[in-house]
Amino acid sequence: MAILTREEAQAILKKALSFSKADECEITLTGNNGGNIRYAGNEVSTSGAEENLAMSVESRFGRRSGTATINEFDDKSLEKVVRRAEETARIAPESPEYIELLGPQKYITSKEYFDSTAKIDPAYRADAAEKSIEAAAAKDLEAAGFLEHYTSFMALMNSKGLFAYHPSTVIDFSVTTRTKDGTGSGYVTQDYSDASKLDTGKLSQIAATKAANSRNAKALEPGKYTVVLEPTAAADLLQIMFRSMDLRNAEEGRSFLSKAGGKTKLGEKLVDERVTVYSDPTNPDVPSAPFSGDGLPQEKITWIEKGVMKNMPNTRYWASLKGVKPVPRPGNFIMEGGDQSLEELIKGTQRGILVTRFWYIRSVDPQTLLNTGLTRDGTFYIENGKIMYPVKNFRFNESPVIMLNNLDALGKPQRISGNLIPPMRIRDFTFTSLSDAV
Amino acid sequence: MKRRNFLELSALGFGGLMMPSIPVFGDIIAPERALEQVDPALKKRLADVALNAAKSKGASYADVRIGRYLQQYIFTREQQVQNIVNAESYGVGVRVLANGTWGFAATSDVTDKGIAKAAEQAVSIAKANAKLQKEPVQLAPVQSYGEVSWRTPLEKNAFEVPVGEKAELLLAANAKATENGANFVNSALFQVNEQKYFASTEGSYIDQDVHRIWPNFTVTAVDKATGKFRTRDALSSPMGMGYEYMIPKAAEKIKGPEGTGLVGYRNAYDILEDAALAAKQAKAKLTAKSVMAGKYDLVLDPNHLGLTIHESVGHATELDRVLGYEANYAGTSFATLDKWKGKNFKYGSDKVNIIADKTQKGSLGYVGWDDEGVKTKQWDLIKNGVLVNYSTIRDQAHIIGERASSGCCYADSWSSVQFLRMPNVSLAPGKEKKTVDQLISGIDRGIYIAGRGSYSIDQQRYNFQFGGQTFHEIKGGKIVGMLEDVAYQSNTQEFWNSCADMCDESDYRLFGTFFDGKGQPSQISAVSHGSATTRFNGVNVINTARKI
Repeated sequence: MAILTREEAQAILKKALSFSKADECEITLTGNNGGNIRYAGNEVSTSGAEENLAMSVESRFGRRSGTATINEFDDKSLEKVVRRAEETARIAPESPEYIELLGPQKYITSKEYFDSTAKIDPAYRADAAEKSIEAAAAKDLEAAGFLEHYTSFMALMNSKGLFAYHPSTVIDFSVTTRTKDGTGSGYVTQDYSDASKLDTGKLSQIAATKAANSRNAKALEPGKYTVVLEPTAAADLLQIMFRSMDLRNAEEGRSFLSKAGGKTKLGEKLVDERVTVYSDPTNPDVPSAPFSGDGLPQEKITWIEKGVMKNMPNTRYWASLKGVKPVPRPGNFIMEGGDQSLEELIKGTQRGILVTRFWYIRSVDPQTLLNTGLTRDGTFYIENGKIMYPVKNFRFNESPVIMLNNLDALGKPQRISGNLIPPMRIRDFTFTSLSDAV
Repeated sequence: MKRRNFLELSALGFGGLMMPSIPVFGDIIAPERALEQVDPALKKRLADVALNAAKSKGASYADVRIGRYLQQYIFTREQQVQNIVNAESYGVGVRVLANGTWGFAATSDVTDKGIAKAAEQAVSIAKANAKLQKEPVQLAPVQSYGEVSWRTPLEKNAFEVPVGEKAELLLAANAKATENGANFVNSALFQVNEQKYFASTEGSYIDQDVHRIWPNFTVTAVDKATGKFRTRDALSSPMGMGYEYMIPKAAEKIKGPEGTGLVGYRNAYDILEDAALAAKQAKAKLTAKSVMAGKYDLVLDPNHLGLTIHESVGHATELDRVLGYEANYAGTSFATLDKWKGKNFKYGSDKVNIIADKTQKGSLGYVGWDDEGVKTKQWDLIKNGVLVNYSTIRDQAHIIGERASSGCCYADSWSSVQFLRMPNVSLAPGKEKKTVDQLISGIDRGIYIAGRGSYSIDQQRYNFQFGGQTFHEIKGGKIVGMLEDVAYQSNTQEFWNSCADMCDESDYRLFGTFFDGKGQPSQISAVSHGSATTRFNGVNVINTARKI
């Protein structure tokens, strides 16, 4: 059994910790149960299942630390893994970034575990794939898709009295449907903690409609365009910005949040004042763990408030050095939006490009967060509030910081990869060349 | 089965490596355990358990991979060892054909019972999915090789070198960078050993011991007054070699263009020398001239051109992409079957000869047999500019009328199902004797680019944009200084048709990529790309400077 209850996990961790002879000891127990199915050309290509339960022990003598892992849990094995961590710690160099383990913490509760996802079996997966394939085949299209799901738990206990436990589930689906002559392509992706919300057939119809409507794309000149970014596209770029926020990098002068004179942009206006980004592990649409890997409580925290940079993640070591509060990397990002649907955003667009998703995004300059990439699987020209025709894909060179300064309108946030991101309309988005790719 | 763990490289300060995370498989072990080997006789017996169990449940074909995958990664910053990963992953993957459909299952329970159970599972998955199969899988014939073995030719197994000695070398490189003006330096040494045993119902029992190594660093220079920062990554290559790659040898150094200070490293790297130069160049980048956008003749160093070859030729000529198997993730390919059938599709100029090779010494893709028991070989992909072939695996070779697979099947772990991964794909050097300075001397307005920078290409491999580590301006046949904010954009066919000239064999060396991602769930693969320094005429260069 890879998924343990709170009591089962606690019992194993207590037993393992009882073998510790180190100054400090912290033990992590994680388990997951998962499965996937992959299809292409309207046929299943691969399908598999996996299960894993693993323990990681960190032992410390003064500033020396050692880690060992194991996946057997009888008393003998537990003692062995603790001894192995201690042996490694004794010969390790002293860490200049040592920080003592956390004591007991109070965590909020967050419901991220759903039976609907935990009970998925191979028949469910085959059925989900079949519904998706049927939606494509009904329009004479070819579907290539992937569905995967996990049930997991994480438990943490240390010699200072800390204990944490959190179970979770997630299901993630994506499909690309293509016309048989390869001239049209459409994509959709959706993830949930609760699998009962997922309808692969309905989602695949969205992708199929995009594929059918994207045939015979026209070429527009590259340049600066107003764009309507679907949440998938917006999230692709924004996640790069969110992941790059780090107090140490900013203070070391090697981040987009660094500035002249060795200072940082903390407390400064960075983007349009309608932009507010926060994290909240208890949000019912995007629940996440109430603690981080080192046991720090995850709580609601605002990163950008009305365009002003409010907080950056930082480690316990850096926080103690600088005399500030440690801020763990969060489990989700939530960007506030408005009430408008994607359709309403399109309706309010005089001339612009609708972008379904971006592809192959790579950093060009970490100083400005300039990134390059391409549109893919559903790019359309909008005029006077209506989708007029499909257009050829573009390569862009754009920074999410510049993009959020050119904000025109925000729609209603949707879940994408565990985050809540609104569709958005952006002025002067920079497309630098055309691509023939479909 | 084991879910991968991921090391967040950005958290370790490796912003410049352009990789958000790298997978670590399996359990943490003591370094000495990496030197142990599993007895081949035991592996043969266990393999037969899998094959017999699969056949008895109704499989028409079965293969089994008993794999022990070892990784040792060392990470440092400045004068501090940040992390040492010693991981071992051991288990068995069984792949079967039943009712004309593939099934796969894997287990870490390496006992007769565990293996038989996995084989049974694989058969039942195949039978369950057969209802969605339109045509039965067809396998290209393969020879039965009996009991054979193969090992990466190496002088010194990197896993035998004490961890402390290797960490010291990285710290010494960091010190060199700091002495030469770097504000920060992160360095790493990646070492991989795949001990894999393959057997199939075709009658082959193949024992292989594969080694790979990659030293790397990112040097950062910060100008506090202006708030500007610039990085320069190592100009090393990942190689299919042992620790001998880490020992500098004068004969393996190729002098870079006059005025750049750069050195090309062939089969031996000099991390101290490169770290010192990297720090100087990172600092110089802070004040280098910003490029004027426009058309330039590009002179591309092998350590840069390798990635362009990888993205615009290697992936585009993978037959599974051409056929649509990767449509939902990596994408398809512009190099469609009609272009190949016509035998006249000009992929590049007459000078462009692209060779696929799974037998090249020192390369990352070099093995004796692939992961479905096909003996490796060399073949042409592009001949005198014309597309002539693809890379293939056994269940797809028949689609292009081939009687045999080209041997490109690979799985990154015993727990992953094997599928098509590109071979080493390399550009043949020029036949005419030519040094890099001679190549540059003919250029009036150009840019010389070295190192792996930002890279992005569309899902059918038409439109791409590449950056680099260092950019030098060429004027009147000479290097005149460094440039910054350079990226070039082109279209694959246009770019390769602009290939005008190249250096000869004496300038040829391998570039490599250690963590190439493909598939869902994503798997990694390591592959090399060789070339000599090459000239491309009239390529579109953009300026990437922005203000935020």
